[in-house]
Amino acid sequence: MYSRIAGTGSYLPAKTLTNQDLAQKVETSDEWIVSRTGIRERRLAAADETTSDLAFKAVERALAAAGKTVEDIDLLIVATTTPDSVFPSTACILQDKLGVHGFPAFDVQAVCSGFIYALATADKFVQTGAAKCAVVVGAEKLSNIVDWNDRGTCILFGDGAGAVVLTASEEPGILQTRLRADGRYRSILKADARLQGGEISGNPYIYMEGNAVFKFAVRALADIAVETLAAAGLEKSDIDWLVPHQANLRIIESTAKHLHLSMDQVIVTVDRHGNTSAASIPLALDEGIRSGKIQRGQTLMLEGIGGGFAWGSALIRY
Amino acid sequence: MENIEQRVKKIVAEQLGVPETDVKIESSFVNDLGADSLDTVELVMALEEEFECEIPDEEAEKITTVQQAIDYVSAHLSK
Repeated sequence: MYSRIAGTGSYLPAKTLTNQDLAQKVETSDEWIVSRTGIRERRLAAADETTSDLAFKAVERALAAAGKTVEDIDLLIVATTTPDSVFPSTACILQDKLGVHGFPAFDVQAVCSGFIYALATADKFVQTGAAKCAVVVGAEKLSNIVDWNDRGTCILFGDGAGAVVLTASEEPGILQTRLRADGRYRSILKADARLQGGEISGNPYIYMEGNAVFKFAVRALADIAVETLAAAGLEKSDIDWLVPHQANLRIIESTAKHLHLSMDQVIVTVDRHGNTSAASIPLALDEGIRSGKIQRGQTLMLEGIGGGFAWGSALIRY
Repeated sequence: MENIEQRVKKIVAEQLGVPETDVKIESSFVNDLGADSLDTVELVMALEEEFECEIPDEEAEKITTVQQAIDYVSAHLSK
């Protein structure tokens, strides 16, 4: 039994923050940001809009695209680094907002690779017959944990949500998933705050050693793509579309180069969305599908990497 | 087999997108060849791949010119 993507949906909050807007707040420029990151603008959620609100809208659209209703859902996994609260999980809050209950709902925390972790988990449920209609969401309100005075990081991140509906199918489907983590690298990308005795201790904002992250990311993504293809018995040339985590255009270009793909075969949204962490891959996937670029029957390589370090890939016949 | 200097210059030209003739032994990646910080990371990665060695971050930071790259590679290949 395979899990197959029956439909996708995404949601971006209304407010756009351009590089020009940022240049008025911190010492930076459109040229500097674009040349290093490829980002031109990002979306920001409203003050009263939470991660589960963004997720809700993405799920509604994904269900509609799949021809399913909330009543069909039998598994809900939310990948997020910016949950609504310490607990309950964002998945349980989302389940309540969707107006259904009873089936398992939980969050996955693997930062920017969270969607791949969640997708791989849901895939196992469907493969084993434990779920027949799984909803997997990546949703983030990263603006909550961005230090708007740090010009090195505040230019990078945005808010948004993306969702996929996975259904059980005799036909593939998700062909292979691979998950990896290496906690030795946990200090180069982190927001190490914790709640302690009613106070926040540690840094509540995203901290990143950009060059070290870049180097680790490029190499890890290239290696895992090769492993994933080999496990599926496919070649680099079999990939129709690369749908990468949208962190930085330079990382995406370098990954594409390692896979011998032209940038015409890569779904890029980082220019308009910035890095939306766990939301970026399903946002890019949905855009690729709705724009008509990604067609049924094509082979997709999804890849994500982020803090932890945690990373993963999914090879999919769409 | 090309010597180390030729191989390093070739990689620098490829990674930074400049003609090989512009890559002099004394060229600074940032000041003379227009590299930014991510270019220098990619350059170090390309050197690691070409010469099958690992250049630790603290060493990589000190490699800012073609000469320094050649020196590093030469010192670590002979070991």
